[in-house]
Amino acid sequence: MSTEAAYSAARPSYNDDVVRLFTLATIFWGIAGFVVGLLIALQLAFPQLNLEPWLNFGRLRPLHTSAVIFAFGGNALFAAAYYIVQRTCQARLWGGWLPTFTFWGYQAVIVMAGVGYLFGITQGKEYAEPEWYVDIWLTVVWVAYLLVFMGTIFKRKEKHIYVANWFFMAFIITVAVLHLGNNINIPVELFGTKSYPIVSGVQGAMIQWWYGHNAVGFFLTAGFLGMMYYFVPKQAERPIYSYRLSILHFWSLIFIYIWAGPHHLHYTALPDWAQTLGMTFSVMLWMPSWGGMINGIMTLSGAWHKLRQDPIIMFMVIAISFYGMSTFEGPLMSIKEVNALSHYTDWTIGHVHSGALGWVGFITFGMLYYLVPRLWNRTQMYSTKLIWTHLWVATLGIVLYVAAMWPAGILQGLDWRTYDEMGFLKYSFVETVLALHPYYLIRAAGGLLFVLGSLIMVYNFWRTIRGDLAADEPTVAQLKGAVA
Amino acid sequence: MSILGRHKFFERNSIYMLIGIIVTVLIGGIVEIVPLFRMETVIEPVKGVRPYTPLELAGFNIYVREGCYNCHSQQIRPLRDEVARYGHYSLAAESMYDHPFQWGSKRTGPDLSRVGGKYSDAWHVAHMSDPRSVVPESIMPTYSFLNRQAADLRRIDKHLKALRLAGVPYSDEQIKEAYNDAVTQATDGADAAGLLARYGDKINVRNFDGNPKMVSEMDALIAYMQVLGTMVDFTSYDQTALPTKTAEAQP
Repeated sequence: MSTEAAYSAARPSYNDDVVRLFTLATIFWGIAGFVVGLLIALQLAFPQLNLEPWLNFGRLRPLHTSAVIFAFGGNALFAAAYYIVQRTCQARLWGGWLPTFTFWGYQAVIVMAGVGYLFGITQGKEYAEPEWYVDIWLTVVWVAYLLVFMGTIFKRKEKHIYVANWFFMAFIITVAVLHLGNNINIPVELFGTKSYPIVSGVQGAMIQWWYGHNAVGFFLTAGFLGMMYYFVPKQAERPIYSYRLSILHFWSLIFIYIWAGPHHLHYTALPDWAQTLGMTFSVMLWMPSWGGMINGIMTLSGAWHKLRQDPIIMFMVIAISFYGMSTFEGPLMSIKEVNALSHYTDWTIGHVHSGALGWVGFITFGMLYYLVPRLWNRTQMYSTKLIWTHLWVATLGIVLYVAAMWPAGILQGLDWRTYDEMGFLKYSFVETVLALHPYYLIRAAGGLLFVLGSLIMVYNFWRTIRGDLAADEPTVAQLKGAVA
Repeated sequence: MSILGRHKFFERNSIYMLIGIIVTVLIGGIVEIVPLFRMETVIEPVKGVRPYTPLELAGFNIYVREGCYNCHSQQIRPLRDEVARYGHYSLAAESMYDHPFQWGSKRTGPDLSRVGGKYSDAWHVAHMSDPRSVVPESIMPTYSFLNRQAADLRRIDKHLKALRLAGVPYSDEQIKEAYNDAVTQATDGADAAGLLARYGDKINVRNFDGNPKMVSEMDALIAYMQVLGTMVDFTSYDQTALPTKTAEAQP
């Protein structure tokens, strides 16, 4: 106890104000992004739900992807990086007002981009839809983010940089490189919104998917692995399973990921050698990905019993399991012969969502349940039961989602290539659309459950922040007494 | 242990770690992207691919604005069923003037790279206004507002100029006449000699949406869709020929 007191006395005062802001923004944009996702899922089942022109699928789909990746995921990564870098460096965030600037600056990016989509202002490149003026502003914010993060690392009191921070460094700097590389545009007018990318056709496609796949690799993987490397050991109260494995899988992951982009362009006009390289490296990527998974899951060795008691650990372990599944499925789908069937179908959508809902969503929920009581100085969450409820409702939602999209995609791919006895294509395109209707309904039901689960989480946070404790909730003191 | 032991160097020096990360992530991108800018090895020599006319370009921009690429691909793969369903597989040259490329990644609806000329203008108007009026099972959103909205052509010359900076070979004359060419192309019985001289004989010149009162966004979008996949002259295309340095289709 005395060492703990001495420790907290020597602790620098952390800047948690900005972490609280990013945490709230994560929750807010998360709900927004999930709800828009549910709406566009329903639009595919019931096209009457499209309201032209602003709420048509083509404008809302980028709103959904940007909201969940860059608004929900982005704010979560800001919160995680700022929280973790302070604790692991024993230093307050560098830069005075700069962290707060990154918060408001980043929210401005989200609002400018999102409002733009509804009005049809888009570059027309997946996951890089924001137009040139938003891109420039994002660059400013991102440089500030890098400065705050590196500045804090620079004045650290620990000799070694903790492994979580390697991943955040790789995430921040590589996303900067990708963003700049993929957004070299010529604005039509200085006071207009429209611009044209400088590259076209094949080159444009290759650069776009170099960007696009590494938005997955560095935004949705490296960044969230940083999250995993701090919160899983913390919540499990165990050290990381293997330090050597961390080093190996970190460098191999960031080296190999960059090459995988061309697997989005199999059998296209992209030269074959580039497709083959993309496929080869995508298959290789399986190994470092599973290195990360093993390091995360095995951190629980000796603490497996916590899975029964602690829903927060459960969120994290399910997240890592989905990470393992997605990073096995990804290499599989990048094999050209498999891709010939899976590409252009809903299998891809299922794959993405097992990663996005399962991995990114659940590791973030785990982090949020860890952070909220600590950031608002509460001893515990309002209700552990409600965390369990969220967990199972959301897990069932994901299972429904991916279990609908896998067969839907395979069915679609097989229907497209089915011939009749005469050697003609058996199905017209629209027949293959019609066949998907039941799957789209199941998918929407899965999405609805995921949304409901996150609303339960919001309620739980609201009560926690208010300082409430559920009537049947044992207090931390009682739990400790029971153990003793 | 010795190699892993040396990792301490990075762990203790944040700047070197940052530099190490940058070098590590740059390699793959450079190897895969830089060689693609030797156009003669990437874009096959074909005849017929030309920059979009101003009206088609306005249509292309509406296609991008509405996010059509979210559900429609423009890239036919050299697979038996795709060639049977959609036509000749897509060539690199066919998207070399698309800023940005519209290959897409999902087929919620069918591929559109060769939709040009397959349906009448009237079908497109009906389909875009209310897709279920012509395809009852369709799940496409309606786009009837395109009929009512005039195409924004006042500054279309500036668009051509920006694209020229990006490498599309628009001439001074094409830029100067951009607005007139756009209106001409959407007008029945207009004197299109200048337009055809500037862009070639195969240009579709007609009132695409059937409404003579204005050049609507529907006109522009249909003009674009009717040219999709129709530019390449396949009679002179030898798909067994290797790309050469004398490629005619260099941008």
